[in-house]
Amino acid sequence: MRGAKSAKWVAGAAIIALAATACGGNDKDSDSGMNSGKADPNGILTAQLGEPQNPLQPANAKESQGSRVLRTIFSGLVDYEPGTGKLTYVNAESVTPNADSSVWTVKLKPGWKFHDGTTVTSKSFVDSWNWSANVKNNQTNSSWFQDIKGYEDVHPAKGKPKADKMSGLKIVDDNTFTISLTGPVSYFAYKLGYDVWAPLPESFFKDPAAAGQKPIGNGPYKFVSWDHKKLIKVRKFDGYQGPNKAKNGGIDFKNYTTADAAYSDLRSNNLDWIEQIPTTSLTSYKQDLGDRAIDAEYSAVQSIVPAFYTDQFKDINPKVIQGLSMAIDRDTITKTVLHGTRTPADSFVARGVLGYKPGALGDIVKYNPAEAKKLIKDGGGVPGNKISIQFNADQSHKPWVDAVCNSIRKATGVECVGDSKPDFQADLNARDNKQVKSMYRGGWVLDYPVNSNFMRDLYGTTAAGNTSGYSNKEFDALAAKADKAKTLDETVKMYQDAEQLLKNDMPAIPLWFYKNNSGQSTNVFGKIVYGQDGDPIFTDVQVKAKK
Amino acid sequence: MGRYVARRLLQMIPVFIGTTLIIFLMVHILPGDPIRAMWGDKAADPAQVASLRHEFGLDQPLWKQYVDYMGNLFQGDFGKTFGGREVIDEMSESFPVTLRLTAVAMLIEIIVGIGLGAWAGLRAGKAADTGVLIFTLIVISIPVFVLGFLARFVLADQLGWVAPNVQDSTDYAQLFLPGFVLAMLSMAYVARLTRTTFAENLRADYMRTAMAKGLPRRRIVGVHLLRNSLIPVVTFLGTDIGGFIGGAVVTEGIFNVQGVGNLLFKALQQREGSTIVGVVTVFVLVILVINLLVDLLYAVLDPRIRYA
Amino acid sequence: MPDVTETKTEAAVDAVAAPSAADAQSKDKPRSLWGDAWFDLRHRPMFWISSILLVLLLVIAAFPGLFTGANPRDGDLTNHFLTKPELGHLFQADWFGYDGQGRSIYARVVYGTRASIMVGVGVTAAVTLVGGLLGMLAGYFGGWLDSVISRVTDIFFGIPFLLGAMVVLNAFTDRKVYVVILALAFLGWTSICRVMRASVITAKQADYVTAARALGAGTPRILFRHVLPNALAPTIVVATIALGGYISAEATLSFLGLGLGEPTISWGIDIAQGSQDIRDNPHALLFPAGMLSLTVFAFIMLGDAVRDALDPKLR
Repeated sequence: MRGAKSAKWVAGAAIIALAATACGGNDKDSDSGMNSGKADPNGILTAQLGEPQNPLQPANAKESQGSRVLRTIFSGLVDYEPGTGKLTYVNAESVTPNADSSVWTVKLKPGWKFHDGTTVTSKSFVDSWNWSANVKNNQTNSSWFQDIKGYEDVHPAKGKPKADKMSGLKIVDDNTFTISLTGPVSYFAYKLGYDVWAPLPESFFKDPAAAGQKPIGNGPYKFVSWDHKKLIKVRKFDGYQGPNKAKNGGIDFKNYTTADAAYSDLRSNNLDWIEQIPTTSLTSYKQDLGDRAIDAEYSAVQSIVPAFYTDQFKDINPKVIQGLSMAIDRDTITKTVLHGTRTPADSFVARGVLGYKPGALGDIVKYNPAEAKKLIKDGGGVPGNKISIQFNADQSHKPWVDAVCNSIRKATGVECVGDSKPDFQADLNARDNKQVKSMYRGGWVLDYPVNSNFMRDLYGTTAAGNTSGYSNKEFDALAAKADKAKTLDETVKMYQDAEQLLKNDMPAIPLWFYKNNSGQSTNVFGKIVYGQDGDPIFTDVQVKAKK
Repeated sequence: MGRYVARRLLQMIPVFIGTTLIIFLMVHILPGDPIRAMWGDKAADPAQVASLRHEFGLDQPLWKQYVDYMGNLFQGDFGKTFGGREVIDEMSESFPVTLRLTAVAMLIEIIVGIGLGAWAGLRAGKAADTGVLIFTLIVISIPVFVLGFLARFVLADQLGWVAPNVQDSTDYAQLFLPGFVLAMLSMAYVARLTRTTFAENLRADYMRTAMAKGLPRRRIVGVHLLRNSLIPVVTFLGTDIGGFIGGAVVTEGIFNVQGVGNLLFKALQQREGSTIVGVVTVFVLVILVINLLVDLLYAVLDPRIRYA
Repeated sequence: MPDVTETKTEAAVDAVAAPSAADAQSKDKPRSLWGDAWFDLRHRPMFWISSILLVLLLVIAAFPGLFTGANPRDGDLTNHFLTKPELGHLFQADWFGYDGQGRSIYARVVYGTRASIMVGVGVTAAVTLVGGLLGMLAGYFGGWLDSVISRVTDIFFGIPFLLGAMVVLNAFTDRKVYVVILALAFLGWTSICRVMRASVITAKQADYVTAARALGAGTPRILFRHVLPNALAPTIVVATIALGGYISAEATLSFLGLGLGEPTISWGIDIAQGSQDIRDNPHALLFPAGMLSLTVFAFIMLGDAVRDALDPKLR
């Protein structure tokens, strides 16, 4: 799956890239010496990392690897509480909306320092956002600032920017500034938890390219060195003022090209944390690692999406899609073919996201061959009586695609084959150019933990994430109303109603939610806890003192 | 001889231009937009895509991109990756790694391959010969990646004789396993080739003469037989160096080696034209020079061959 | 090939290679090179072993249904997830166990034969035809034709396997067998071309060619009667060894995600999938890999036998 932060490139054996949120380690520690001994506050942790694709600039990490490093070096205004997804303040003292949530006032905790000794002020944030949003600075995440007034001036759809500042950002004093939005967004504060909203020191703007190789931030760790494709070193920042002070001495991010290589290093304790257990070891890693194995869900969903621009699905009766959904034996497939790395989906919205409603899709995601056959028959059948599922072969999608097809074929008699594209770019290209023949693999990792992100941004007629050509005016109207609601609670509630509407229309067939399957070495003291972004909370990881 | 070398060097020019042009076109033909793909499954911002495309010159017509690229190349500028790094830096990191791996593989191939082949060739038709023949057949019959998985499973995981992965590419002990797997297939070919030429040349007139003269067997085998038998083997080894560098994709991927194969594989997936053409350019130059050296060596080994 | 002048063909320059002429009984008639080879082949056990193996494989490829009643595509996840082999159950569906999708590995091995054999034979035929022809022309005529063909060979040699395969395979929407054949042939013809060129150059300098030319034989006659038969042996050796290599290459393409598309069943796809389960369920890898190796083995063994028969110096 590739999401906002998961465009990850892996050689040889493909790995399921991960990003986004996890619910944290909920296993109660039994025994295995994980909690014996003493923690060393200056112990160095080694963690797995692929080579970041872009320079280490806050708004330029479109993939999980660069983001993982950036989040240790920079601290944002807010963060999410692991498990609940609630907002917590980090560099901000408060972030408060006006009556209709269109103007937000940010107060900073005073006295914070960058790693170079300069002070973090309102200007550090405002300058950073203005620079990142500017189209000519080529930051891949620049569109994150589009809610702010004056965004079109620095980021016009065509041509050169007219200004280098967004009019919506106003500095009140050194520790206060306001953000005016183009309209009300009740959950704007939630968006502020993403990497792109980090502050930048004066020195950055003198040479942004050099700063991308040697970033200076305000976070719990200061950057030490980047030996390309080998090692990135960060060390504890002693002057850090935030609530998430590092409980270890620093992190060595080691580069691996294969999950197998990382896993064998983990087992020989040359690596303390692995990102994903290799497919070859998924059946045995829990025996290998005991309670050092990590198995936690995170907020991402995988689905198969009908291409509504094809003759096959143009005028399809939604009952047929519901029937196909009921022909998929999610329970068995996740347990066998997927080795328990996913859990069956019961909603369009991933678990752990605000507004997720258990069982929202009811029977439609329950395996029922008889009902499946009946629904497809009632809906007039699948045109051509044959579907294909497009996927990219450079990641391990083939096993589940085969299994889903097998399940559909056996339950309904509808012929189903996998349509493999050699790599992600070829797959994406076919989707962007509307060349998908029948259905395609879809995936969505949360951008921010509110249910609107899993619906409006995917199924809205004009939503940029809508590549299937799906359009439902009723849904569009409901979504527009929900976004303008006064409070976050109302927004969430209205989207829950919208989900029921989608259930009848089936813009996609949700399959399962993702899980983190990883592990830790014996050097780690206690169990590693995961954050909302699907990565460990590195600051909380403790390293055992050497005997 | 001098004129021959000059002619060969001149012939390299069209090959060089032809290869870079074809690779350039091929990368262009591949479906996918490298800039758009930076956004992954998420929607890309068209304005930012356009700006980035301009930054990397991808908004220019293809012929201009090629001319610009070649122009820069002659000034030693291989261009930049989409991540903003110099391609030359990436290559100078990965080429030495692959060269070390190739050296290990070459060494294994020469020692084991020629050794086995000579041993079998001298005993043509006997049990040892049949044993070597069947062994090489089995090696050739197994796909390289299966061999890689099996070798690691047995030699590293089960027996613990060698390191399963390469963490430090300057450590030759760690490079042994990938080098061994990379060498296996060619080693089988070399063994077969050596065996055949040995067996053939054993019956040659000059061998009969040497034997009739009463030369010691060691001298016959070591000087007369070896020198004449190694000509096709040397040719094979020469072309094989290119095969190693190119064929390292699978091996490097399996064993976590950060070499050219890995660089090329990732560049291909990202449609990073500058890296792909850069790597292939250097690769082609290396092959051409090696081919020339092999042909010159040929003349040294076989006095019947003369280059005018 | 340094020295080919001693061949017996000199005495029988124009003898027709009819099987009857090759009959060992008719001692009074001179035998051609090929007749000689056939006579020799019939006395080699390696030839018979590999031939029988290959005939069996061809029958399996042509009529897979004769060998198993199990369906190679439909699996049953609930009952058969990676069931271990039951080696005692000869020719039953669970003989080789079940794969990750709960499909009979035996059935898949049987049905996968066709694709692999077709890829191997198809690529070899295409490569020998194109590469052999170009190599022959380059070697025999020399001059500018040789220069052009040699330079093109050099260029193709520089194209990375992966890039070439991706370009060709992407050009077609359905990755059927013929597409994979095309891709592998596109990348593989250069080696045969080089071998053929080298042996033609050696063969055309031979005394019997000069003799034939002196007797007034035309170019096509010299080329096909005298040069080709004597230059063919190394090409056949390389081609038969390469045939096995092409079958492996198809598996490697599958491993890299570029192989045959659904619903074709091939060993390559199964090996690639099986390699993901090597630690706990090696049988999912070993049976298709074993069959593939056996097939490659049979082809190379046949190539060896033919080669020895064609090369009188080894007799």
